[in-house]
Amino acid sequence: MISSPTTATSVQTSLLSVRGLSVEFRTRTGIVQALENISFHINKGETLGIVGESGSGKSVLALAILGILDQAGYVTGGEILWSQDTATCDLLKLPEKRLRQLRGQELSMIFQNPRVALNSIRKVGKQLVDVLRCHSNLPRSRLKARALELLASVRIPDPQQRYDAYPYELSGGLCQRIMIALGLACSPQLLIADEPTTGLDVTTQATVMNLLKELATEQQMATVVITHDLALASEYCDRIIVMHAGHVVESAPTHLLFSQPRHPYTAKLIAATPEPHKGFEDLVPILGSLPDLRREDLPPCRFVGRCDRADETCQQEELVYRQVGGEHWVGCWYPLEE
Amino acid sequence: MLQVTGLTKHFPVASAGWFSRGRQSQALYAVDGLSLTIRPGESVGLVGESGCGKSTLIRLISRLLEPTDGSIVFNGADIGQISVGKFAHSAERARLQMVFQDPSDSLNPRFTAFDTITEPIRRLGTQQDRSRLRQRATELAQQVGLPPELLSRFPHQLSGGQKARVGIARAIALNPTLLILDEPTSALDVSVQAVILHLLADLREQLNMSYLFVSHDLNVVRLLCDRILVMYLGKLVETGPVDDIFNRPQHPYTQALISAIPAFEANPHRIPLTGEPRSPINPSPHICRLYGRCPKGDEHCQQVAPTLQPVSDYHQVACHYPAPLS
Repeated sequence: MISSPTTATSVQTSLLSVRGLSVEFRTRTGIVQALENISFHINKGETLGIVGESGSGKSVLALAILGILDQAGYVTGGEILWSQDTATCDLLKLPEKRLRQLRGQELSMIFQNPRVALNSIRKVGKQLVDVLRCHSNLPRSRLKARALELLASVRIPDPQQRYDAYPYELSGGLCQRIMIALGLACSPQLLIADEPTTGLDVTTQATVMNLLKELATEQQMATVVITHDLALASEYCDRIIVMHAGHVVESAPTHLLFSQPRHPYTAKLIAATPEPHKGFEDLVPILGSLPDLRREDLPPCRFVGRCDRADETCQQEELVYRQVGGEHWVGCWYPLEE
Repeated sequence: MLQVTGLTKHFPVASAGWFSRGRQSQALYAVDGLSLTIRPGESVGLVGESGCGKSTLIRLISRLLEPTDGSIVFNGADIGQISVGKFAHSAERARLQMVFQDPSDSLNPRFTAFDTITEPIRRLGTQQDRSRLRQRATELAQQVGLPPELLSRFPHQLSGGQKARVGIARAIALNPTLLILDEPTSALDVSVQAVILHLLADLREQLNMSYLFVSHDLNVVRLLCDRILVMYLGKLVETGPVDDIFNRPQHPYTQALISAIPAFEANPHRIPLTGEPRSPINPSPHICRLYGRCPKGDEHCQQVAPTLQPVSDYHQVACHYPAPLS
C-alpha cells in the first residue's frame, strides 16, 4: 500500500485531481489489482506524461478517468475530482448521463492504434460529423463545414477530398491526425492521448507530436500523453509520472526526472533506453518482469523482485509516497541520492 | 555473400473504374532497381519510413515474392531464378532465415514453442529423430536464453520477450549464414528490448552470421549494424558506414530522419519534413522521389532524378546537392 500525499493546495488550481484511485479486474483466474492508490493531478494547460512498461496500468488509468472501463473492471476506492471554474465534482459519482455529456465535450481521448479505433466502413468526415452532432450545439447545416475546418486544423492537405475517404485509404499519419481531429472536435479541457504515435515513423511521429503540442497551446488544453517511450515523453511533457505494476513510483517535472531520477525503476528505465550517444555497454536491461497482479500476497512495493536496493523493510513495511523536492515525489524506501 | 542487382518489384494496381479496365496499366513501384551487397559476417541496417518498400525488399530477398526484374545471388547461387515454390525446399532456404516483426502475430498459436523451433529442422534439416530433435530444441532454447521447461508452452502462455526468443531460436535452428530481422524489437518494452539486442549481438558473434536488420528505430540500428542503407520510396538514397551516416549524413532525407529521433536532451536543430510522400504509382523516372518534401529541391531535381554517387570510399548518396549539416 502506498499512502497518498496530502496535497490540499493542488486541488484548487488543478483541472483534474485523482486521489487514492484503485481499480481491480475480477476475472475467472483471480482478482487483478490493476491500479492501487493512484494519486496525481494535472493543471490547466499542462502536458503530463505517463510512462511505464506495458502492463503497468497506464491505459487502465485513462479508461478509469473517462469511466469507460470494461465490464470486469471495478473502481474500488478513491476519487477523481474534476474542477470547472468554481465547481468541483467527483467523476466517479456522476450519473452516466452527465458523464456522457462531459466525455467528448470536456474530456476527450485519442486511442491507441487509429486503424483499429476508427470505424473502417464509415467515411472519416462522417465520423467527425457524428461526434459534432452528439456533443456540440451546432445546427445541422453547419456540421459539415465545421468538420472540414477540423480536418484543416490538423493540417490535412485537401480536406474537401479527404472528407469522403475511408480510413484504409489514408496513411498511418493521416489516420492519426483524424483521431486527433475527433478528439479535439469540441475543444475539450483535457485530452488523453494513449500512445498517440506508436506504429508511426520517427518523421511522422515528430509531426504528429508537434501538431498536438501546438493545438494544446492554442486552445489552452491540458494533455495527458501516455507512452512507453521515455525519450518522447521527455521532449513533449512538462511533468512526468512513472508507473510500475499499478503503482505510481515517481512523479517530477521532466528535467528533474531525467537529470536526477530518484526511484530505482526510473533510473533503470532510462538506462535501458537506446540513445544517440549510448554505446552497447551503456544499454542495461531491466531484469525480471512485472509481478503477477493476481497474487494476494503482493509485497507493498511491487518493484521489490527487480530492485537491487530492496531489503526486509521493502518486503514488509507499508510504502510511503514522499516529497523529495519541489514537485518531486517518489514511492521508495531507499531513493537514489541526488 | 549476398549480391542483389537491379532488383525491381512492381505491383499492378487496378485502374480507376470497371470500364477503364485494360486501358492503362498502372503499377506501384515498391522496389525500383535496387542494388546491395552483404559480406560474410557483416550486419547491415535498412531504414526508411513505412511504405518505402523495406518489407517488399526483404520478402524478395527471402524469396517469398517473385521479383519483376533483377538478380539475387546468394552464396554463389542465383536464387532469383528459382521459383518461389521450389525455393521453399531448396538447400539455400536453410541458410537464409528470417525473424519476423511482432512475435505475437508471427508465431502459430496452435504450435508449442518446441513445434515452432523444430519446424524448420523437420522441413529442411536432416535430423528427423524425435529424441534428437528434443535435444537440439533444448540446445537452441539455452542459446537464446529461453528456459527449456517453457518449450511445451503455447504462444499465449509466453511473455513478449519469451515469444521474441522463440522466434529467434526458430530462425537460427538451421545455422543460417544470413539472418533477416524485420523490426525484431518494435513490439517490445525498452526493458526487454535491451535484453534482446544484447542477445542478437552475441548470437551474431557466436554463429558468425550476417544480419540484414530492418527497423525504423535508428537508435537500435546504430547499436547493431556496421553499415546502413537508407531507403525512400523504393530506392536507396544513402548508404555508408554507421558512423558516417549518423555523424555526417549527406542526404536531406537522412538528415531529417536522424534529427527526428526523440532524445532526452531536446534537439534544437530539428529538420521538419513537410507534406506527404509522392505517390509510388507510376512515378516519373525524371523527378527525384523526395521532391516536394525536400528543403533543397529546385528545378534541376524536377528534371533529372539523382543516382547513387560516392562521396567517400564507402559512403554513397543519391542527391544533387549532398552536403553535411553545418
